[in-house]
Amino acid sequence: MAMTIHVDIVSAEGAIHSGLAEMVYAPAVMGELGIAPRHTPLVTQLKPGEVRVDEGGGKEMQHFFVSGGILEIQPHVITILADTAIRASDLDEAAALEAKRRAEDALAGQQADFEHAKAQAELAEAAAQLRAIDKLRKTHG
Amino acid sequence: MAGAKEIRTKIASIKNTQKITSAMEMVAAAKMRKAQDRKEATAPYAAKMKNVISHLSHAHPEYKHSFMVEREVKRVGYIVISSDRGLCGGLNNNLFRQLAKEIKVQQDKGIEVEFCTIGKKALGFFRRYGGKVMAEVTQLGDAPRIEDLIGVVKVMLDAYENGEIDRIYIAYNNFVNTMTQQPTVEQLVPIAGDSEEELKHHWDYIYEPDSKEVLDGLLTRYIESLAYQGVVENGACEQSARMVAMKSASDNAGELIDELQLVYNKARQAAITQEISEIVSGAAAV
Repeated sequence: MAMTIHVDIVSAEGAIHSGLAEMVYAPAVMGELGIAPRHTPLVTQLKPGEVRVDEGGGKEMQHFFVSGGILEIQPHVITILADTAIRASDLDEAAALEAKRRAEDALAGQQADFEHAKAQAELAEAAAQLRAIDKLRKTHG
Repeated sequence: MAGAKEIRTKIASIKNTQKITSAMEMVAAAKMRKAQDRKEATAPYAAKMKNVISHLSHAHPEYKHSFMVEREVKRVGYIVISSDRGLCGGLNNNLFRQLAKEIKVQQDKGIEVEFCTIGKKALGFFRRYGGKVMAEVTQLGDAPRIEDLIGVVKVMLDAYENGEIDRIYIAYNNFVNTMTQQPTVEQLVPIAGDSEEELKHHWDYIYEPDSKEVLDGLLTRYIESLAYQGVVENGACEQSARMVAMKSASDNAGELIDELQLVYNKARQAAITQEISEIVSGAAAV
């Protein structure tokens, strides 16, 4: 039987693949990697692309899309920590700025007042209902 | 027959409320199962990542990333995770109460605090309570995605790297079981390393592009994944808390209906009795 290596592909939102493979191809930042069993230990970043897992035995090659991530090779295990989002420093920066801006807006607090007023009205109604029920209970109980 | 009609409408309105609460209960129960599955799905990623990080830090004891080094604490940041919606019992309030206690302890030590909030309720809380909110994200929905958290986490990590804050905590509800949710405040950065943990094998890796960059990317993702886990965990808590709260609301509504029914029957009977006695006394007078 041909030599195999264990492959785990996981993302933060769930496990994607786990199984044995004869050969794994992955899009590393320095160029595409082909990994055979007993590859030397290596850690690399991945760029967006396709990870292919060749399970051997005439089975069809499996394809997984990753938006980047980290690949770790140990002598008997390959671990791919896949990103589910495209990552780039400027994109991350934009997301951070967006989050900050939202906080400022929200604390300045215009748009939320409407909901507050609505909730208060509902609360007042519920309280009035409760009082009515209490009264009914007292008079008829 | 005064009041009987009022009671009848009251009963009808409570019945409507009961219908709503029991529907919400069922919806929450269905969502809870999904949220729990989601929570379990996140576990392997964080575990694998931790594995790789501990390997790396073993292979490179001389290189310490700033996320792994403790320093003197003058200012701390909290990432506070809450639900977007209410009607889930004391879930958010329990967390905020716990958090307020922690903040008090920090402030007594002369440490300043800053916040990033995830979820509407946390934002609302800090608006009332006061506190510097650096960033926020809301409306994550039932299936939160890690992209949504990148911004908030980055704001915190940047502040940490720039030395504006010296420690980051994360506050969320830990899902114990359907009935119990544990408000939890944990230290996120510096990563509380169990570096003493013995690794049987470790080997020299080849790094591409280089070890620093790889470790950088890894640690950021690791922290994001922990934040994501917190969000998913909190989501499962929210659904189960809502389920329990709605169940007790439905039960209470049922009790209320029973009581009112009794009151209604009495009122009706009293009216009938009165009528009969009026007729009888009227007949006797004739």
